[in-house]
Amino acid sequence: MSIIVSAIGQGLTWGIVGIGLFLTFRILDFPDMTVEGTFPMGAAACVAAIYSGASPLVATLIAFVAGMLAGLVTGLLYTKGRIPVLLAGILVMTAAYSVNLRIMGRANLSLFDKPTMLKTHFLESLPPYFDSVVLGIIVVAIVTALIIYFLQTNLGQAFIATGDNPNMARSLGISTDAMQIMGLGVSNGLIGLGGALVAQNNGFADVNMGIGVIVVALASIIIGEVVFGDLTMNQRLIAVTIGSILYRFVILLVLKLGFNANDLNLISAIVLALFMMFPVLEKRFRIRHTLVKGMSKHD
Amino acid sequence: MTEPIFELKDIVVTVNQGTPEQINIMDHVNLSVFPGDFITILGSNGAGKSTLFNVIGGNIPVTEGQILLNGRDITNMSVERRTRFLSRVFQDPKMGTAPRMTVAENLLLSEKRGQHRGFGPRHLKTHMDKFHEITSTMNNGLEHRLNTATGKLSGGQRQALSFLMATIKRPDILLLDEHTAALDPQTSQELMTATNNQITRNHLTCLMITHHLDDALKYGNRLVVLDNGKISYDISGDEKDNLTKEELLSFFNDIEE
Repeated sequence: MSIIVSAIGQGLTWGIVGIGLFLTFRILDFPDMTVEGTFPMGAAACVAAIYSGASPLVATLIAFVAGMLAGLVTGLLYTKGRIPVLLAGILVMTAAYSVNLRIMGRANLSLFDKPTMLKTHFLESLPPYFDSVVLGIIVVAIVTALIIYFLQTNLGQAFIATGDNPNMARSLGISTDAMQIMGLGVSNGLIGLGGALVAQNNGFADVNMGIGVIVVALASIIIGEVVFGDLTMNQRLIAVTIGSILYRFVILLVLKLGFNANDLNLISAIVLALFMMFPVLEKRFRIRHTLVKGMSKHD
Repeated sequence: MTEPIFELKDIVVTVNQGTPEQINIMDHVNLSVFPGDFITILGSNGAGKSTLFNVIGGNIPVTEGQILLNGRDITNMSVERRTRFLSRVFQDPKMGTAPRMTVAENLLLSEKRGQHRGFGPRHLKTHMDKFHEITSTMNNGLEHRLNTATGKLSGGQRQALSFLMATIKRPDILLLDEHTAALDPQTSQELMTATNNQITRNHLTCLMITHHLDDALKYGNRLVVLDNGKISYDISGDEKDNLTKEELLSFFNDIEE
C-alpha cells in the first residue's frame, strides 16, 4: 500500500515536469533538451538556497527562476542566435552541468538535517508518503490552474498560435520570437520547480539526477494521450499528471518483476518507446479493442 | 488628386550580391497605391510578383529604395509592426490558419492583428454572434463550423476563413497572393465573388496577384503587369475597363493562362 502511495506522490511531483515539457513539446512543437540540465539546476538551486538559510518555499521559487533563466538562454540561442532548437538545448544542458556543480560546490548535497517543504507540522502528521501526495496535489493544482488560465488569455492564444502556425502568427503581428523565448522560459522554470520538489522528496540533490528526465516527462505526456485519446487542451494538461502517475505504476510493476533501480533508464526508454509506437501497434494488433474487451464483463 | 496611401520608390532587391549569380529580382520599381485602389497584378513565373508582396510585407529587406505609408518612411519596419496596417492571404490554405485551433479561435486571433496581446481573458463567447454573422457572408457553411478545428475544414472553407481573418479588422492595405489558385474552379469562383463584394462594399485598398487574365480584367480598377522584376504596364480607370483580353495577351506572350 505504502509503495502505491509513494508512487502517486512521485507521479504528482513529476507531473509538474511533464506539464513543463508539454508547453514546449506539444504546444510549441519543440524537442527541448534543456530540461536535462534545468531539472538538476532547480534541485541544486533549491538545496543550495536552503543551505544558505532560505526558507524551503523561497528556495523552491528560486529553483523556478533558475530553470527559467536557463530556458531563456536556450530561447535566445534559438531565436536570435539562429541555432537549431535541439542543438541550443543540448548546449545549455551541457553548460548547465558545470553551472550546477558551481551552485552546489560538489556533486551532491543532502537535505538530511535541513528544513524542506515536506517537514511542516501538518505534512509530518500524515501517514508515511502521504506528505508528498498532499504537497504534490497542491502544487500540481496551482500550476495546472495557472497554465489553463494563461492559455485562455489573449497572450496564451498567441502562444498556442505560434506553435500551431508560426507563419500565420507573424502575419497577425504576433512576435513568434518572444512567444518561443517565453515558452522555453516558463517551461524550464516549471521543470526547475519539479527538480526542487523531487530533491526535497528524495532528501538530496545530485548533479547527475537530470539524466533521463526528458524521457520520463515525455512518457507522462504520451501515456496520458494514449490512455485518454481525444481531449481538449485543458483536459490534456490534466492528463499529463495522470499519465505521470500511471508511468510510476508501470515502473513499480517492472521493478516487481525483478529489475533493479539501475535498470530504470533502460526501462523508462522502453516504456516510452512502446507507448509512442502505440498507434502502429494498435493498427496491427488492435490492442485497445482487446483491452476493452478484456476488461468488460463476459456476455 | 488624393495623396497615395502607400508608395514604393525606386525599389531594388538584389540577391546573391557580390557573386557571379548577382541578380536584381526587383529592379527599380515605383508604385503608388491610392486609397480604394483594387489592383490586380499579373506576371509570369519569376516576374517578381511574390517578391513585390514580400517587400511590401517586410519579409524581404530592400537593397535600395524607400517604402512610404501615408508619406512616412517604413522601409525598415519589422514584419510584426507592419501587420498593424497590412494583412495578407496566401495561396496555400494551410498558410493562413492555425490547424489545431477552432475557426472561432482563429477569428479571435485575427481580430487583434497588430495589437498588444496581454494577460486579459480572451472573451471568446461574447464574440460568437459576430463571428456567426461574418462567416455566414461566405455562403459556404462556415458559420456552422465555428467550433471545429480549422485543420478539419475543406480547402475552400479554410481559404474563406483566411480571407475573413485578413479583413475582420480593416486593413489599410490588403494583399491577396493568388488566394483562389489552390481551389477547384467553382469554389475559386465563389471565393472570388465574395472577395470582390467585400472589397467594393468596404472600399478596401487591395493588391491581388492572379494567374487568371479574366479575373485580372474583371476585377479591380487598376492592372499592373510585372516582368523581370520591373513594372511593365500599369493602367487604370477607363483604360482598364476598355482593355480586352487580346490586348492584354499582346502585352506579354509568355504568361500562363
